[in-house]
Amino acid sequence: MKPCFQQDGRRSFLKKSTSLVALYLTPSVFVKAFAVDSIVPLPIAKEKLTITINGKLLKLEIDARTTLLNLLREELAFTGTKKGCEMGQCGACTVHINGKRAKSCMQLALTHQNNKITTIEGLGDGEKLHPMQVAFIKHDAFQCGYCTSGQIMSAVTCVREGNAKSRASIQAYMDTNICRCGAYQNIVDAIAEVAKTGAKI
Amino acid sequence: MKSYNNTILWEDERVDGADKVNGKAKYAAEHSLPNMAYAVFVTSTIAKGSIKNLDTSKALAMPGVLDVIYYANCPSVPGYISNAAERPKNAIEWRGHKVLHDNKVRFFGQPIALVVADSFESANAAIRFVKAEYAPESFETNFDKARLDAKNLKINSNYKRGTEKKYKEAFAFVESEFNIPIEVHNAMELFATIAHWEGDDKVTLYDKTQGPKSTQFTVSRTFGIPDKNVRVIAENVGGAFGSGLRSWANVPAACIAAKKLNRPVKLVLTRPQMFSLVGYRPQSWQKVGIGADAAGNFTGISHEAITNTSRYEDFREGIVDASKFLYACENVDTKYNLLPLDLSTPVWMRGPGEASGCFALESAIDELSYKLKMDPIELRLKNYTTVNPENKLPFSDINLKDCYAYGINKIGWKNRPTVPGSLKENGMLIGYGMAVGIFGAGKGSASVRIVLSNDGKLLLECGVSDMGPGTTTAMTILASEAMQMPIQKIKFKLGDSDLPPGPSQGGSGTTSTVGSAVDLACKTLQQKLKEIAIKSAPVFAGMNAEALEVKNEMVISKTNANAKMPIVDVLKLANQDKIDLTITSNGKNAAQLKFTSNSFSAHFVKLGVNPKNGTIKILQVVTTGDAGKIISPKTARSQMLGGVVGGIGMALSEKLEIDHKTGQIINASFGGYHVPLHSHIPPTDVWFVNKPDPNINDIGAKGIGEIALIGFAAAITNAVYNATGKRVRDLPITPEKLGFKT
Repeated sequence: MKPCFQQDGRRSFLKKSTSLVALYLTPSVFVKAFAVDSIVPLPIAKEKLTITINGKLLKLEIDARTTLLNLLREELAFTGTKKGCEMGQCGACTVHINGKRAKSCMQLALTHQNNKITTIEGLGDGEKLHPMQVAFIKHDAFQCGYCTSGQIMSAVTCVREGNAKSRASIQAYMDTNICRCGAYQNIVDAIAEVAKTGAKI
Repeated sequence: MKSYNNTILWEDERVDGADKVNGKAKYAAEHSLPNMAYAVFVTSTIAKGSIKNLDTSKALAMPGVLDVIYYANCPSVPGYISNAAERPKNAIEWRGHKVLHDNKVRFFGQPIALVVADSFESANAAIRFVKAEYAPESFETNFDKARLDAKNLKINSNYKRGTEKKYKEAFAFVESEFNIPIEVHNAMELFATIAHWEGDDKVTLYDKTQGPKSTQFTVSRTFGIPDKNVRVIAENVGGAFGSGLRSWANVPAACIAAKKLNRPVKLVLTRPQMFSLVGYRPQSWQKVGIGADAAGNFTGISHEAITNTSRYEDFREGIVDASKFLYACENVDTKYNLLPLDLSTPVWMRGPGEASGCFALESAIDELSYKLKMDPIELRLKNYTTVNPENKLPFSDINLKDCYAYGINKIGWKNRPTVPGSLKENGMLIGYGMAVGIFGAGKGSASVRIVLSNDGKLLLECGVSDMGPGTTTAMTILASEAMQMPIQKIKFKLGDSDLPPGPSQGGSGTTSTVGSAVDLACKTLQQKLKEIAIKSAPVFAGMNAEALEVKNEMVISKTNANAKMPIVDVLKLANQDKIDLTITSNGKNAAQLKFTSNSFSAHFVKLGVNPKNGTIKILQVVTTGDAGKIISPKTARSQMLGGVVGGIGMALSEKLEIDHKTGQIINASFGGYHVPLHSHIPPTDVWFVNKPDPNINDIGAKGIGEIALIGFAAAITNAVYNATGKRVRDLPITPEKLGFKT
């Protein structure tokens, strides 16, 4: 990956690119002291990305600084994946990367060459909802709906990975996903019911 | 598990549920417009002072950056003009901090510039290159310190009936102080505005707001343009809890940038900015004194409170109000002062005022019960009132006794130890606690458009919003009941200021207010249908409207069951493709005003305290609501569950931390500000009295959003006292406050 900034030669390329990734991923409030005066801007680096999203192979050219979350939401209109904190703390942006759950706000999109991403839009079968989505409706496992995509993506891997054996184990696995409306009890009910059916999901 | 193909399976499910689980529901920031630019705030790194110089040159040189807007180049905004004589006639001065307007800094983290770029990445990268040179001034953010000096306080309101401080003469009394820190709404959706000027005086906004109409009004008056030229769209709102009841800096900033650059601009706040730019529950200090005679009758209640506000705006709430009317007592006095600090302005947060006030009042009553050696529920029943002692009007309905009875049984109150710290289970000290919540139940005016098409579908529209409680669902159910037709044929549309005017969603008033309008609209439509039927259908010829009813999608004669006709046929016969009406329902009528209306709740908690380290595990919760008829049982239950989660956060973990040396919030993230997670939530039982309130409105329903939370924190601290004998009056409860070192 080419850095989009150039420094005055005293630091190595590696240092530059690492620190710039860190700079980009860290919320501005925490990086006030970072010495940026000596950095001069270069044109934005556009990079090629080959990625599969919801079963569709995409060949893209993207701004190297784009996170997977912003690629999904701003470039590809998969707005079902939500932005809640951009710090990996709330879980609203949870997607599946090669079948494993991941927080898309903490991933630079370019690090996912040839990976398979599933978002909430790709979980069901066309217009037919996934059993976990149906269970969420049945148990009213949400109110405002903003954390819901992330909760459902985590809920699916919770069952798939065998973490839905008890309410306590579901809760522990799901602690990565905040729901401020407080639908937690209904979410656990939904997951427990899907797990009980034993269906492969 | 049944299969689902975006058709309703369960009659009680959320009508917008499918869109919320498949990612189709669009929130403010998720709209995309051609040629849209992205904006990010640069925020101040001092708490108070002025900006001597702002160097934007490096940021402007960054790739993709279009503009850096700040006080020196901000276009003039009519609502920013302080002098009324100079302001255009239809403009009103912007309330609060005028973002990007001047070089003054009023709180740490205040927006001082707006970087606009052609991508989010470019805007976000450039904010670090905007350099501010400040002239700092001394400031005060320390509530605990500043409140001690009376000179700092602004007198707000005092109240007295009977004799002041009468409690001190009582057979038994308590006098205690309570502290609640700043709590932050922190809805999951970040505040966002997309502004798009379609003409010089015409703008469309996609905005996170609890009131599309109120935002429309704010924007039209700030920019001095006609109301009809401002359209505010908020189809889905990702939680708000009160923070969306007014417009914040993101709204004018997005409008200013979009106008200056002549292209649509999207401005999304960051999570840290959600802690300082969109309000919070103010910090509070309270002192409550309650006295009772030997039989437990309250003889005097005194309630004093101080809450913080900002230096540039007053924000007050009903923190001492419940003490005036929740219990029968002849001698009551309250005092409420504001303390301005160098922080941003607070705003209503779920259960505003009462959530803080009932924590103090309901804790003090629990304390008094131990002094009187009386069961705390018995003490509350002793002072139960069906007449509001403040305004002497009867409550329109009150069934708290039923809530007590249900809770006592369900939580196993009989197992509660009368001596604190005397019950152990599985190595944990066990305690039981309860507390009551109360909140006003209003009914305002709202307009609803109702359209019955000749394909049998019914559309209703109102410019209210739904931030999560399920307004769309409740209104659809109401219409379904009023029209006696299946919910699948009904669509309720909201979240757009172009729709007929509805209230902001707040203060637990939406179901009562908009619900009454929906009910009236349906009744008006039925009347119209009957009239058309009589006029057009021979089968009803000569009948009068009173003899007909509309149900099961038919017009039917009450006396002759054979005289009936499907409503679609009535329309076809009359050669009408639709009936399209807009009706307005008003506030309370004269008969309803003879009562005082409130919703009530009683919360019951069983918890365990680890005697080795003071950690708390909530074992069981029973939460009960007395809020008239429950329109949508499933979503109402979810709202109560949410109140419990909010209450657990208030009691056990939520506290905004400020470094008073710099004025900076130091835990402005979910990593530092702890909200409840899955593991913290105990099995919770929700119960409603579910009896129509005959005196509030025609539908018998009252709100539950606030009472779900109000009182809950006291139920927890009361249970902690019951478990340990330690009374925690400063939230949140921590092991240190229980006497454990961590």
